[in-house]
Amino acid sequence: MIQYLQNNVAVIQAALSQHVFLALVPVLIGIVVSLPIGYLAVRFGFLYHPLLNLSGILYAVPSIALIVLVPTIVGIRILSPLNIIIALTVYTVALLVRVVADGLKSVDPLVTEAASAMGYRRLRRLVSVELPIALPVMLAGLRVATVANVSLVSVGALIGVGGLGALFTRGQQLDYAPPIVVGIVLSVLLAAVCDGVIVLIQRRVTPWTRAAGRIAA
Amino acid sequence: MSDGLLGYLLDPANWQGGGVRASIPALIGTHLWYTVQALVVAAVIALPLGLYIGHTGKGSFIAINAANAGRSLPTLGLIILLVVIMGLGFGPVLIALVVLAIPPILTTTYAGIRAVDPAAIDAARGMGMRPLQVLFKVEVPIALPLISSGLRNALLQVVATSTVAAYVGIGGLGRLLIDGLSLNDYGRVVAGAVVVAALAIVLDLLAAGTQRLVVSPGLTGRIPRRLRRAAPAASAPALAPADGVAATTSTPEPVSSGRDGASS
Repeated sequence: MIQYLQNNVAVIQAALSQHVFLALVPVLIGIVVSLPIGYLAVRFGFLYHPLLNLSGILYAVPSIALIVLVPTIVGIRILSPLNIIIALTVYTVALLVRVVADGLKSVDPLVTEAASAMGYRRLRRLVSVELPIALPVMLAGLRVATVANVSLVSVGALIGVGGLGALFTRGQQLDYAPPIVVGIVLSVLLAAVCDGVIVLIQRRVTPWTRAAGRIAA
Repeated sequence: MSDGLLGYLLDPANWQGGGVRASIPALIGTHLWYTVQALVVAAVIALPLGLYIGHTGKGSFIAINAANAGRSLPTLGLIILLVVIMGLGFGPVLIALVVLAIPPILTTTYAGIRAVDPAAIDAARGMGMRPLQVLFKVEVPIALPLISSGLRNALLQVVATSTVAAYVGIGGLGRLLIDGLSLNDYGRVVAGAVVVAALAIVLDLLAAGTQRLVVSPGLTGRIPRRLRRAAPAASAPALAPADGVAATTSTPEPVSSGRDGASS
């Protein structure tokens, strides 16, 4: 195992950095796309159930199916890393739309009415009152989406691009366990690190949740 | 474009048995058989464990951390590792699928049981129910929406992952994808992807329908019309437990107060 690590530092590093890229770009795009969709689902009540059912159905599509279908639908080469980014973005959006909508729905109407009474227009009320209140729910969903993405990227190895997944397929071809173990451990560690970073961000941007906890205690 | 790509999917020869290649219905059958086996084994392990942890509160850190561990474990890597260690066959794949399906079932069962309003449990005890009666007559029915959503989640993951498992030589719908990719027969890949996606969606809808059937209407807010007049009266005590004396009131109370617990 140590032997394998020493001899393949460059390969492992390349796989890891590709993995980070393929996992996190969809998360960033997913946030940007799902915020307005989630908002629309809450703003226009008749959209809520159709949008959430649609995202539920998208989430039910197996990742490998999505990864190989994307090139057919979008018209790019199957070996392109873009396939994985698009497929994982679909997953992220499907998960986050529900979370954004539920987060915004959980805002107490009394609070929004108070904000309106204080002269907040709709957009300002959304940005400075509703979104901060919905933030803990949305960040909890973001943690799930990010961790799931990190582990799903490796499925892309089946079409030849998958970051750490390449170590899995190599181990399979060589009938040799060390690269597989290294890939699994790094993937799990990466997921834990990403999760930890979001938790830290959450602690920074929602200090009031801890203050409330202290008062209750 | 779609004519060529959908060719394999729409070719009747691929839907009938007897050819050189396995027909699509046969692949679906194999796929479902793997899925059922993995799901049943996972449920047999995870349901009792989740009920025990949720009911007693012992070992709850296992249930809480299982979800994160399950989500972050790369499926493909686990399957390949088990195959490299144990050799080809359905055994290693079944183990990997069970390992994947346990966390969602375990955590939702635990969370569902924990979320049951303590007042409902107190009321059940006060009525003279034994611990097992409390578990199966009060806690499980109230926790059922969450438990069944965990089972649905596990079902989806297993269906998706059995596909990936074709990479290590087992049958099922993954064969279309893996063989198609290695033969550069893209039509076959598309056929596999479409059928797997459709199968997953249909199974999820069936599971959602089953969930509606088995979960008590009192918990979902879908109260039958003939009972609807009684509904406001039944939901009123739900506000009461805040002051902690509600457990001494009437019998419909456990169900209605549990609704808050189950939906939170």
